[in-house]
Amino acid sequence: MQSKVHVRTAINGEPAEFLCEPRQSLLECLRDLCNLTGTKEGCNDGNCGACTVEMDGRIVTSCLVLGVEAEGAQIGTVEGLARGTELHPLQKAFLENAALQCGICTPGFLVAAKALLEQEPEPSEARIRLWLANNLCRCTGYDKIIRAVQQAAREMKEARP
Amino acid sequence: MQAFEYANPMTVKDAVALLGASWTDANVLAGGTDQLSLMKDYIHTPKRLVNIKNIKELAGIRKAGGNLRIGATVTLDELIDNREVRMAFPSLVSAARGVGSPQIKNMGTVGGDLCQRPRCWYFRNGFGLLAQKNGRSLVDDGQNEFHAIFSQGPAKFVSASSLAPALAALGATVTIAGPNGTRSVDVASFFVAPSSDQQREVDLKPNEIVTQVLVPMSGAKNASYEVRLKDGLDWPYAAAAVALRMKGSTVESARVVLGHVGPTPVVAEGAASALAGKSITEEVAAQAGESAVQGAHPLSGNAYKVQLAKTAVKRALMEAVKRA
Ligand SMILES: Cc1cc2nc3c(=O)[nH]c(=O)nc-3n(C[C@@H](O)[C@@H](O)[C@H](O)COP(=O)(O)OP(=O)(O)OC[C@H]3O[C@@H](n4cnc5c(N)ncnc54)[C@H](O)[C@@H]3O)c2cc1C
Ligand code: FES
Ligand code: FES
Repeated sequence: MQSKVHVRTAINGEPAEFLCEPRQSLLECLRDLCNLTGTKEGCNDGNCGACTVEMDGRIVTSCLVLGVEAEGAQIGTVEGLARGTELHPLQKAFLENAALQCGICTPGFLVAAKALLEQEPEPSEARIRLWLANNLCRCTGYDKIIRAVQQAAREMKEARP
Repeated sequence: MQAFEYANPMTVKDAVALLGASWTDANVLAGGTDQLSLMKDYIHTPKRLVNIKNIKELAGIRKAGGNLRIGATVTLDELIDNREVRMAFPSLVSAARGVGSPQIKNMGTVGGDLCQRPRCWYFRNGFGLLAQKNGRSLVDDGQNEFHAIFSQGPAKFVSASSLAPALAALGATVTIAGPNGTRSVDVASFFVAPSSDQQREVDLKPNEIVTQVLVPMSGAKNASYEVRLKDGLDWPYAAAAVALRMKGSTVESARVVLGHVGPTPVVAEGAASALAGKSITEEVAAQAGESAVQGAHPLSGNAYKVQLAKTAVKRALMEAVKRA
């Protein structure tokens, strides 16, 4: 076995460190070493988007990133969306629109949709669908997810000063 | 995934020194969007993985002489956002945009896109690049709807790179660094059809690194068109990229390159000569499409791709001349 590597990173704004094998994906490191199990594993090869996290301000599929690559990076996971017990507008909108059933895809959709709304506060429906093309859901049929993102976009707009 | 040693060099020289004489000694890691999948499936089993993303010389896009120099680790997203690229090379922007996933565009690099391995499902399931069993092609008698209509010898997979046809049409070259210095290869000849499972589909040795792509800023009108099943995640079924040197509304010379129809991007010389001296009309563009697929030999399940390739050529041409 190869020796383990000490990785220093920041997760959801807090300094974090873990000891991992080079072959462990960032997804595995988050779930198994940092106990942040919000990020989900679906396909483990880049196709489903369930493992989407933010890395230095850009969304990535964490199953295709090595844990060692997180050295010095800023990682954002679904656990960082809520402020204490106050849910993020996207999380509220997902609940209100019943935009999830089994919930495996949800953290990936939330993290991906948040990145979209931060760079484009008023995306069209087509734009939302295209942006979320790498996020698969086997339960909802997508319409409710799209509606939830649209609702969150409206609410976030109204909340801005 | 097999265990490996991770290396994180800061210079090209160090990176090259960390690579080895065989593909199982060491592999390059760029965005990892293909490499890590290949390792999870035990298609690549390197003892060492050399991350090249922290090498400053490989980053960035800038003008260099008459070329635009695109560093190997430039991500697809950076490419799409770059002002110079947008102004001069719409064909490259639309090819990169075709990769439908923001996640993959954020991670995937230009060098990685060119060096990604074929998606042939026999190759990905461990039957080797030529997909043979007991000397027989699994592709010929098997599921071949996404395979080549321009096979070259035993190679029936299709080149997966979306950027390659556009870069080849633009006359771009790749710069490659190895233990004995650097060399330069046309994108069109960087791709080679292997005649054995031991060969690769690109002109790259295990101890070499693609460092940059140089795209001549020749003012050629250019466009690319991809035929996809859906606006989303998947490789195109067929694509065409064109670059036209114009004199007024007349084509002086043309380059037409087909993608996802052969083990390399297919340079369609016939279509190029059919265009020379003409103005592009629907009819002329459609004729060029016909010429481009001369010599195609579809497999049992992919004759439909001939029509797609024709249409891709026609639409790419119409798109190229639509722009002022
Ligand atoms: C879901 C999904 C959809 C995709 N859709 C498309 C698509 O539509 N079109 C398309 O073209 N691609 C597509 N891709 C493939 C894709 O991975 C890339 O396009 C990406 O750009 C590859 O770059 P990378 O930096 O991630 O490469 P890596 O995965 O890091 O590397 C890929 C290969 O190239 C080698 N390599 C990388 N950089 C260099 C270099 N500078 N020098 C030498 N060798 C190098 C690596 O060793 C490895 O063998 C898709 C991938 C996924 C997972
Ligand atoms: S688990 Fe990473 S994309 Fe599916
Ligand atoms: S809610 Fe089950 S996969 Fe989306």
